[in-house]
Amino acid sequence: MKKLLGILSLFLLVFVITALQNPKFIEPYSMETLQVKIGLFGILGIGAALVIMTGGIDLSIGSIVGLTGTLVTFLLQEKDFSPGSAILLAIALCSFLGLAHGLLITKLKLQPFVVTLCGLLIYRGAGRWIAGTRSLGFGEHLEGLTKIISTEIPFPIPIFGKSYDIPSSFLILLALTAVFSLFLHGTIYGRYLQAIGRNEQAAQYSGIRTDRMKILAYILCSTLASIGGVLLAIDANSVQAASFGNFYELYAIAAAVLGGFALTGGEGLIVGVLLGTAVLRLLFKASNFLGISDDLEFALVGIVLLIGAVVDEVAKRAVTRLRRRREADS
Amino acid sequence: MTSSLLEARAVTKRFPGVVALKNVSLSVAEGEALALIGENGAGKSTLMKILAGIQQPDEGEIRWRGDATSIRSVQDAMNLGIALIHQELNLADNLNIGANIFLGREPRRFGWIDRAKIRQESATVLERVGLNFSPDVSVSRLSIGQRQLVEIAKALSMNARVIIMDEPTSSLSSREAERLFEVVEDLKNQGVAIIYISHRLGEVRKLADRVMVFRDGENSGELNREDVTHERMVELMVGRDISSHFSRQSHSPGDTVLKVTELTTRAFPSEKVSFSIRKGEIVGIAGLVGAGRTEMLRVLFGIDPKVAGSVEVAGKITSFTHPKQAIEAGLALVPEDRKAEGIVLTWPVDFNSSLPGLDQKVKGRCFINFHEEKSTAENVIQELNVKTPSRHQMLEFLSGGNQQKVVLGKWLELGPKVLLLDEPTRGIDIGAKEEIYQLMDRSAKEGMAVLFVSSEMEEILGVSDRVLVMHEGAILGELSKNELSEESVMRLATGQSLSESSTLSSESAVS
Repeated sequence: MKKLLGILSLFLLVFVITALQNPKFIEPYSMETLQVKIGLFGILGIGAALVIMTGGIDLSIGSIVGLTGTLVTFLLQEKDFSPGSAILLAIALCSFLGLAHGLLITKLKLQPFVVTLCGLLIYRGAGRWIAGTRSLGFGEHLEGLTKIISTEIPFPIPIFGKSYDIPSSFLILLALTAVFSLFLHGTIYGRYLQAIGRNEQAAQYSGIRTDRMKILAYILCSTLASIGGVLLAIDANSVQAASFGNFYELYAIAAAVLGGFALTGGEGLIVGVLLGTAVLRLLFKASNFLGISDDLEFALVGIVLLIGAVVDEVAKRAVTRLRRRREADS
Repeated sequence: MTSSLLEARAVTKRFPGVVALKNVSLSVAEGEALALIGENGAGKSTLMKILAGIQQPDEGEIRWRGDATSIRSVQDAMNLGIALIHQELNLADNLNIGANIFLGREPRRFGWIDRAKIRQESATVLERVGLNFSPDVSVSRLSIGQRQLVEIAKALSMNARVIIMDEPTSSLSSREAERLFEVVEDLKNQGVAIIYISHRLGEVRKLADRVMVFRDGENSGELNREDVTHERMVELMVGRDISSHFSRQSHSPGDTVLKVTELTTRAFPSEKVSFSIRKGEIVGIAGLVGAGRTEMLRVLFGIDPKVAGSVEVAGKITSFTHPKQAIEAGLALVPEDRKAEGIVLTWPVDFNSSLPGLDQKVKGRCFINFHEEKSTAENVIQELNVKTPSRHQMLEFLSGGNQQKVVLGKWLELGPKVLLLDEPTRGIDIGAKEEIYQLMDRSAKEGMAVLFVSSEMEEILGVSDRVLVMHEGAILGELSKNELSEESVMRLATGQSLSESSTLSSESAVS
């Protein structure tokens, strides 16, 4: 909880500074694009968080996004699929890939890092083999599909006399956050995932089917990455197999870690992923509005994340020291 | 006795809460093989660690060739010529034999490792232990017995005059053990002193020039070669008068709940184990460390697959491939390594106590019933007298005894038919031990069949209605309450069956 307050204050700090420096930042249009981005990337973050909860990692998220985008547009444009069947086919394929990750990790006891790193390379290569160097879009289907992510729902109360809209992609993320919060913190399966992350052996000895739960986490991660991939492709309407989704696994992992998920497993709240994604997207956007060169964008995000991690660790140590002193006193 | 090479005089060593060694003395001369025996926890390993410089004595002195000396580090011990070969060998699998022999003290030439010298000197010591391998062979290709010889070669290459072996044969085949004994004979002829810790009395009898017996951290006796018999050794190992703190009334047992027939585990593929337990009975499984007791419990609980045999729970033949099935059949296991297997250390009491029951109380349930979780935790805290400020306290902040009560509590909440416990009071203070015994007793009274593994003699004698004694994967004997004595248990645990006469048994224990 304290971690969430920390990340929330970081968000507000960056937000206020940017707004004061460049008032255009808080114009309705700018706020809406920020929300769209948070919505789309947040979906990937939730998937990454579920895997990280078990103490694992999924590096293939970006390539799953790339493969999904490539496959959907390719099927639409070149194979005359209907949008619905193209999307379902791509998502089903990616769920299956998640199953394969899980099986390799639990049954063959391969390292999650290795399995999903191979996934990263294989799916990227497969996408390029399917689509080559073409840039594919949605053509006549675009208009209908765009409604999924950017239908605007007016925010009921005007702020500073301006009316703001909430795009549907952000609402999708809010809904997924609610669903997966309930899953992780309200169902026995969520509790099992937490137990596995903290002490897999004790979980197994308590009768939990640890392998099945881990496989489930990898399936959910790939499925969410694929759903995110569909929406990101619609948002971009231009998919290059070689580059679409590059680095997205790192955004997803960073959002989860920033939001309080420990890479050692067993710790974190799904709401944190939402906040983590928000901070990450905000940083990218703010660097534009603050007139920071595009070339520096990554370095800036990296530095802010590093400072966050350092502050968190220093604070944690201070708390432990304080507690010890108090115990010694009593 | 010839003049001693290494001598410990009146050594005392205290650990928080325990005195591990009280005034113990021991000496060994050049070319002598001294066997050191005693029950688990008698202080053998502690003294060896002191001689090897790993730990420092609180009182007493160490003498080397008659002069007082102090061994402050492993390096000091090495410089004197004392080498300790650990029970679990310390070789680097990824390196070859020569590199292992010279690990950490590689000879150099112009700043580079002098491989020619390593090869040459390794070959010399390998020959001394009779190992026909080139120093370039990777250690990963060697058997356990061969690795043991590499360890000895390593000790020799450091010019060791005293070699301490901590249960060297515990994981060797009988042929490998024979080979080791030959090497020990050779070393003796070369003037090396050997201190040999073992639980296998047969091989002690065969090998030792003299036997030193430890009991409860004290010297309990010393036997010269001609006086060494199985009986004398056992007597000195257990001789104390056990005033059992805990004694219980046995109840009349009911129907058979767990029946194990010719069960074979992976650890001992050539042994078969058969026994059964009835309702309301407490059965102890005694034996030495490594006798295959934990392995058997793991198979019963579905953690490890069984090799052969059958397990019947309440009349139904079962075959578990996962603990979940065992739990559903009515089994529960309090595992040996509490922190690694029993609890989630960084979780609160309530999460821990509800974990196995989340989906057991109502089948097919998906959502956590937080109300039920709360009452489960409160029950566990109250019924088992867990000392915790609240059910939200992290287990890492509770004492070992209270952690163990949470483990026991989470199972008792499910009302199992068979309660399996592996070293239930390990690392627990005396007060909590007593409480755990009471809980085991209460569980039996309530109709559970309780099966527990313990290496603590008092526990085995005080709590059990019946005792099964395991030795090297087999149940060597069963002792009813009136046959039960420390001596009878120890005799079976060291591989001597009760009916055999002493001369026969000591021979058979070697094989």
